[in-house]
Amino acid sequence: MRARWALWLPLALFALFVAVVVAGLYWPKDREVASAMVGKPLPAFALRPAIAERPGLAKADFTTGKPRLLNVFASWCVPCIVEAPQLAQLAADGVEIDGIAIRDRREDVTAFLARNGNPFTRIGADDVSAIQLAIGSSGVPETFVIDGTGVIRYQHIGEIRPEHVPLLLDKLKEAGA
Amino acid sequence: MRALLILLLALFGVLVTGPLAAQDTLPPAPYAYRQLDNPAQEAKAQALMETLRCLKCQSQSIADSDAPMAGDMRSQVRQRIAAGEDPEAIRAWLVERYGDYVSYAPRVTALTWPLFAAPLLLLALAALLLRRRFVGGTKS
Repeated sequence: MRARWALWLPLALFALFVAVVVAGLYWPKDREVASAMVGKPLPAFALRPAIAERPGLAKADFTTGKPRLLNVFASWCVPCIVEAPQLAQLAADGVEIDGIAIRDRREDVTAFLARNGNPFTRIGADDVSAIQLAIGSSGVPETFVIDGTGVIRYQHIGEIRPEHVPLLLDKLKEAGA
Repeated sequence: MRALLILLLALFGVLVTGPLAAQDTLPPAPYAYRQLDNPAQEAKAQALMETLRCLKCQSQSIADSDAPMAGDMRSQVRQRIAAGEDPEAIRAWLVERYGDYVSYAPRVTALTWPLFAAPLLLLALAALLLRRRFVGGTKS
């Protein structure tokens, strides 16, 4: 009698396997690597200016008592073009945004900002992704909310789409804006 | 013959324009593609790089990947090893920033201990079952 149900066991296991595969296809896993630095202070850094028109960026610029956005971007990054209007809107709303340009040339950043608008107060150039690695960022674009004492409060991975703007404003408010 | 020539030209075109379509135009970081002069240090760096995950290309180690970010990570690993830093300290620095995800060398933690315990439990279970079968067999 026992052998009877045992006969179906391989088929049942196979069905389970198929179910797992189908589930994986329909609900793919989140492939983003979140920074473990959220809640921790920014590491010490000082970057040269990425363009002639704006100063460079250092850790001291984030300990002014007012929360700011830190946008990690690059002129060669296509989704960075998509988020440009949202950054412009945030800047127009009075949010202070600093940028870090990853592996970029001065003339390329200048041309990119001339084309897509420049919402940044300061832009540092990170030529070997050193600061990117130090803050646990794994790609471009990423946007960090930094509170007035220089502590990373929130990380947004990927481009900022219009529906993300209220969330970022909320996070800035939580950080003391 | 002419078709072959066109094919060759097309192939040459792909080879020449391929790298130009890369993500960025900056040259790679100093030690992304250059080994350390000290062979012992290079061996240490290589061993570490093979167990660090590329964040852009998630099934490759940074030693295997041509992603610019992996090159920057290799350069940083080599420079820190050259400066005398311990490989495990560099791994810990990266884990502090990206979580266990960045490391291919598994650690025993509150979350991962069942992975290490399960094979031992299965072995013990198998030993028990075999013992019952063989020891029980001689008795009957």
